[in-house]
Amino acid sequence: MTTDWVKSDRQLARETLLRARGRRSLSAATTSTVIVVVVAAVAITASPGWPRVQETFFNWDALVNSLPDVLRGFLLNVMLFMIAEPIVLVLGLGVALVRGLRAPVFFPLRALAVLYTDIFRGIPVILLIYLVGFGVPALQLQGAPADPFTLGIIALVLSYTSFVAEVFRSGIDSIHPSQRAAARSLGLSHGQTMRYVVVPQAIRRVVPPLLNDFASLQKDTALVALLGPLEALRQAQIHVAKTFNYTPYVAAALLFIALTVPMARFTDHLAARAAHRRGGG
Amino acid sequence: MALLTIDGVWKRYQDHSVLRGVDLTVSSHEVVCLIGASGSGKSTLLRCVNLLETVDDGAIHLDGQEITDVRADPDDIRKRIGIVFQAYNLFPHMTVLDNITLAPRKVHGVRRAEAESQARDILTRFGLADKAATYPDRLSGGQQQRVAIIRALATHPRLLLLDEVTSALDPTLVNEVLGIIRELKQTGMTMILATHEMTFARDIADTICFLDQGTLVEHGPPAQIFDAPQNPRTREFLYG
Ligand SMILES: Nc1ncnc2c1ncn2[C@@H]1O[C@H](COP(=O)(O)OP(=O)(O)OP(=O)(O)O)[C@@H](O)[C@H]1O
Ligand SMILES: [Mg+2]
Repeated sequence: MTTDWVKSDRQLARETLLRARGRRSLSAATTSTVIVVVVAAVAITASPGWPRVQETFFNWDALVNSLPDVLRGFLLNVMLFMIAEPIVLVLGLGVALVRGLRAPVFFPLRALAVLYTDIFRGIPVILLIYLVGFGVPALQLQGAPADPFTLGIIALVLSYTSFVAEVFRSGIDSIHPSQRAAARSLGLSHGQTMRYVVVPQAIRRVVPPLLNDFASLQKDTALVALLGPLEALRQAQIHVAKTFNYTPYVAAALLFIALTVPMARFTDHLAARAAHRRGGG
Repeated sequence: MALLTIDGVWKRYQDHSVLRGVDLTVSSHEVVCLIGASGSGKSTLLRCVNLLETVDDGAIHLDGQEITDVRADPDDIRKRIGIVFQAYNLFPHMTVLDNITLAPRKVHGVRRAEAESQARDILTRFGLADKAATYPDRLSGGQQQRVAIIRALATHPRLLLLDEVTSALDPTLVNEVLGIIRELKQTGMTMILATHEMTFARDIADTICFLDQGTLVEHGPPAQIFDAPQNPRTREFLYG
């Protein structure tokens, strides 16, 4: 055991120096941050248009008035996101796996998966929302969903699944072939090899890019406003139309930021942890 | 009876014939060492036996069944053959115990409790009892390679293929891996080893096969191959 270890004077002196250096770095970081913020603030508030901008975009009363509605709308965005995200994950992994099937009987499925990703990665999300949102009800199909909330989810899922499928596929491709060889040589079938050996490792690798796509999906839930559901952007629009003050937009923007920032930090954290593990392994 | 027979196996990569009509018979409990220069085709031959590569001509039989038959089920055949690679190829996202029990549980339908107790027994036998819950990246190279061998043994293969299992290891770690192989020979495991460890090959093999540019030039008991090689190419390889 190491209980008999008493830090030597040399080690104590070293740690004192390290702490001093840490304090110096911290104060340097603080000073430079303060300077940048102050300069930016002065530059913006001193600009000739600032008083008007402040009045129309950063009006306290308008903020307080609109916030309850915008916040209520925002819950709808969160719901859109919470429903769409798991579906995107499952379907994306499914499409990626289908593209990896090699047996000839699966050719039609594989071709379909390729066609699907090619098409839906190419269509701008906003266009897809219009096409699904107004196109599907126009078909007047029996049992086809007609409410804008569901249609919005369908459009988002169609679009994001194609991106997420590609992320999964690159993760699967990044697993070294020797891992497959090892699994197959133990007698595991293709399916078992994917399930127990390849996919679990691939998922660990693609978590950061996946979270990135999710941040993007969170934002794009606002596009569903085009179909009419009273989500955050739509609520903000209503307030803006009434008061001709743009502060509700800023309120909505702040809410979106409040949702994506924690996710971005979480992504960084995971990436750092993965890098640390690779370095230490 | 012969456990494994290899008849006139050819393997080509593009225009390059890597194996040129190799014939080899391995009996039950026999230990065969493949020796030969780098690039002579040792790994390729082992990969063909394990169906990780498809042969371009010839046939391989295991227990009298032709495993190179295109109608044979490769998954079913691989269940009876274990292979260990130079680079270990352990699954990094699984503990040592899960690495070992994956195939018994998922391929052979052994219950988890039983698979784990068997795995623990064999880990104990090879001095790795305290590593069961460890992930591969926390093990030394020698420990990883021993786990890889145990993983291949856990499905009770009829035949074990070992491809230069010590050449990625520090010289001080080589012996712990060779020790396992010696033990396996004592239990009667049939093995084919590709190796550059000549002293070890001489010590453990029943038969030495010398491969040169895809041809099995000479084979026989170690004493004959090492002390009285007949073929000039063998002499050249061994004595330089
Ligand atoms: N997938 C492949 N594609 C093309 N050529 C290959 C492939 N695998 C092996 N070869 C070639 O086949 C020949 C035999 O390779 P093999 O790995 O069997 O040799 P080896 O005897 O195991 O050598 P070493 O002692 O270096 O491991 C080499 O010339 C190699 O370049
Ligand atoms: Mg080799």
